[in-house]
Amino acid sequence: MAIMINGAAVAAPGDARVSLLDLLREQLHLTGTKVGCNQGACGACTVLVDGERVLSCLTLAVQADGRSVTTIEGLGSAESPHPLQAAFIKHDGFQCGYCTPGQICAAAAMLREAEAGMPSYLTADLTAAPVLLSRDEVRERMSGNLCRCGAHNGIVDAILEVAAEHAA
Amino acid sequence: MSRVQNVVVGSVRTALGWVPAQWLPGGTPDPLIERRAAIGRQASRLDGPQKVAGEARFAAEVAMDRLVYATLVHSPVTRGRITRLDTAAAEAAPGVTLVMTHRNMPRLGTLPLIGVSDLTAVGNSSLPIMQDGEIRYNGQVVALVLADTQEQADHAAGLIELDYAAETARTRFAEAKAGARTPASILIDKNHVSIGNAERELASAPYRVDYLYRTPGQNHNAIELHALTVAWQGEQLLVHDATQMVAASAAALAKLFGLKKDDVRVLSPFVGGGFGGKGLWDHQILAIAAARLAGRPVRLALSREGVYRIIGGRSPTEQRVAIAADAQGQFTALVHTGYSVMPPYGACPEQYTMGTRSLYRARSVEIVQRHIDLDIVPNTFMRAPGEAIGTFALESAVDELAHAMGVDPIELRLRNLPERHPISGAPFSQHALGQAYRDGAGRFGWERRKAEPGTRREGEWLIGLGCATGSFPYARMPGANVRLTLHADGTATVSCSAQEMGMGTATVQVQHAADRLGLPIDAITFEMGDSALPAAPMAGGSCQTASIAGAMAAAADKLIGELLRLAGNDTPLAGLRAGEVRFADAGIAGIAAPARHETFRSILARAGRETVSVTAAGSMPLEFLKFAMHSSSAIFCALRVSGVTGEVRVDRLLGSFDCGTILNPMTAASQFRGGMIMGLGLALTEETLFDERSGRIMNATLADYHVPAHLDVPEIDVMWTGIPDPRSPLGARGIGEIGITGVAAAVANAVFNATGKRVRELPITLDKLL
Ligand code: FES
Ligand code: FES
Repeated sequence: MAIMINGAAVAAPGDARVSLLDLLREQLHLTGTKVGCNQGACGACTVLVDGERVLSCLTLAVQADGRSVTTIEGLGSAESPHPLQAAFIKHDGFQCGYCTPGQICAAAAMLREAEAGMPSYLTADLTAAPVLLSRDEVRERMSGNLCRCGAHNGIVDAILEVAAEHAA
Repeated sequence: MSRVQNVVVGSVRTALGWVPAQWLPGGTPDPLIERRAAIGRQASRLDGPQKVAGEARFAAEVAMDRLVYATLVHSPVTRGRITRLDTAAAEAAPGVTLVMTHRNMPRLGTLPLIGVSDLTAVGNSSLPIMQDGEIRYNGQVVALVLADTQEQADHAAGLIELDYAAETARTRFAEAKAGARTPASILIDKNHVSIGNAERELASAPYRVDYLYRTPGQNHNAIELHALTVAWQGEQLLVHDATQMVAASAAALAKLFGLKKDDVRVLSPFVGGGFGGKGLWDHQILAIAAARLAGRPVRLALSREGVYRIIGGRSPTEQRVAIAADAQGQFTALVHTGYSVMPPYGACPEQYTMGTRSLYRARSVEIVQRHIDLDIVPNTFMRAPGEAIGTFALESAVDELAHAMGVDPIELRLRNLPERHPISGAPFSQHALGQAYRDGAGRFGWERRKAEPGTRREGEWLIGLGCATGSFPYARMPGANVRLTLHADGTATVSCSAQEMGMGTATVQVQHAADRLGLPIDAITFEMGDSALPAAPMAGGSCQTASIAGAMAAAADKLIGELLRLAGNDTPLAGLRAGEVRFADAGIAGIAAPARHETFRSILARAGRETVSVTAAGSMPLEFLKFAMHSSSAIFCALRVSGVTGEVRVDRLLGSFDCGTILNPMTAASQFRGGMIMGLGLALTEETLFDERSGRIMNATLADYHVPAHLDVPEIDVMWTGIPDPRSPLGARGIGEIGITGVAAAVANAVFNATGKRVRELPITLDKLL
């Protein structure tokens, strides 16, 4: 078997201790995925596995065997950005840019979660699908991604803009 | 800092008081204050596309052949010495190339501590680095392992056997107060200021407040971990580091390792947040030494716990603020004294009384800071060191006094704003705090505040509004250099070793260069983050922008002379002298006769030059010794406190700033907001929990140290007076730190307004409100 990473097949590492994060950064040099804690507390390492957001620091690379992983590099590039990447620039949703790939990957998955009707602790109607994303809904759903530069307002604005485009 | 320094700075200030302003830097206002095109425009970050795509390359992301990975072992003991050390199992573990301990660590000197006189002195600690078996603080590094993979290094680090003989350590703040030291100066200011007899004024005043305020230690917690990738090539050293001080680190490392300055190259084009924490610490020295011993390039990234253990944060403080006022509300006494931790092997004095020195006038003043010595990782500067927590104490006290007098707290502040600097007597270069308050109060809706606390309730929630003043001094660093290069195609490159940690350094300096040189933005390239470029100062003290701007202005002056020389006589400019021309429309034009103009392209083509390049240093920053140059702000907060759980939810936060010219409204607003959000953490959740029994930090993780998360952060409104400072390059003062100042007090004052409970100890957690 193999791990599909941004569409390319990669063999799972021989050393079972290697996290998905370290496989990406140290072995494949896909350094767009960041590391802020290595213990599941900051969200900087967020990637998509089969479309769902996971913390790659808490995922062993071998657990991704047979699955499809999308990193920030797979979402878009500087030349042809994903709508979320473009919206982050427009709303200044970052400063140092270090938490940013994790925020964007998390947001991409989060928009799909809301669309599928997955409730958060702020969702009043647990059966509504899709969930209407209020500002606070976005904040709650993005709270696993820390930003120390304090770009929170811009991040939420960027996500809301893309959510509105989705809905339109 | 010494008594000698007090005398020197004091006499320079006195002498400058006599010197006419026009002789000094900033004496004639920067012409760009009047003539702005790119500056002041909303512009997206130039490095935005790279950052959002994950293409910006950080220090731990540089690929190298034969790279080995490092893991550190930290002491669990606070004071003592190593009695047994067995590295055999670790050395035999798979993939291991080196185990380094004090036994085989190369013998090195210590780093000169950060200081104001030597710009290459950037050490945060003067303790020996792995030179002996002594343990001097909890978390000190005792061993380093290198292996082919991180997993192998981590595993082997766990195989090192260590025994310690523990000794009694000084770990208790209250006990250590008895032995506190009183330094002669705090940074460049005299520490102890005593005007009139404040205690007597306090005793006799009709109104007074006199309380102790406490603030805990905090950590910077930049999301990027401290990391470097380092390689030796013979006697040459290449360091990719996450650092706020590119040029100074390179110089300091050269000295420490006995290398020629040009043989050390530090590269740091992007830093994933710094806030004062990304300086020169033990880990860089250890990784470089290990790379030398192993003969292999090394990558060392600290664990998050490691950052807490060996990178100091903000010092805890205990501050006394007492204010007395007469019947008209004029301050008759202002007292700000206190204690913070600064061990003798550290250098950062947590200057919490600095804001107090410039904000209010009072008939009598008593200010002094005392340093406590604990066995602890040395503290360092953290975003608005001093002011962030000093304004908490001062501005809580002002609010308490206003309440005691039955006066609106804004009104009380406005009654006591000084005309000149209250202590030095120097004139302000520009100061519009009153306007910032009036504008902010209007936009915020301050008039809706109920003066009587605890009277607005909505269901479970008690509602309160509060405000407070923020403040931060202007600084410009000496030794800032910029190279300007014009190319034959009419474009320009600006080069210096500056650092980018999210401030938008390149973006703003490109805007500046465009206006300075009369070029469009897309004709300018900015190179930075490399010690091989002309040395820029460190990113700190909110002074990088002004320092580089001053150097660029000096380089532009030099470039004019150079271009006139190249242009010769066969030009419409012939006969004009440097003072009679300026940059305009991609070339040079006469000031009086703008029609006399020649483009850069044409001048270079005629001279047969591919490029023309000049390097210049900024003038000595004497302006801030002659003038009182301070930014200030009015912070407004609206919040709810749950009557059931004591939980505080901040609903609105507004910052109204007086910081000179705003160079890029988009990036400036982000910096203000970022500072204010860190202020929310300071107010409500952030605390480095220090176990006074053991001397160990208990919450060394991002799960246990709560920085504001998305749901904690409301919409943050920012505004500014935008009045240029006639004494600074571009009319700008720094904006990176002021955002955090005043926020904790605004929150505490709003909590009081909501509940009637006065919390004088940060953070304001639920238990303090129940
Ligand atoms: S690095 Fe994975 S959550 Fe922080
Ligand atoms: S942009 Fe720096 S941590 Fe979010």
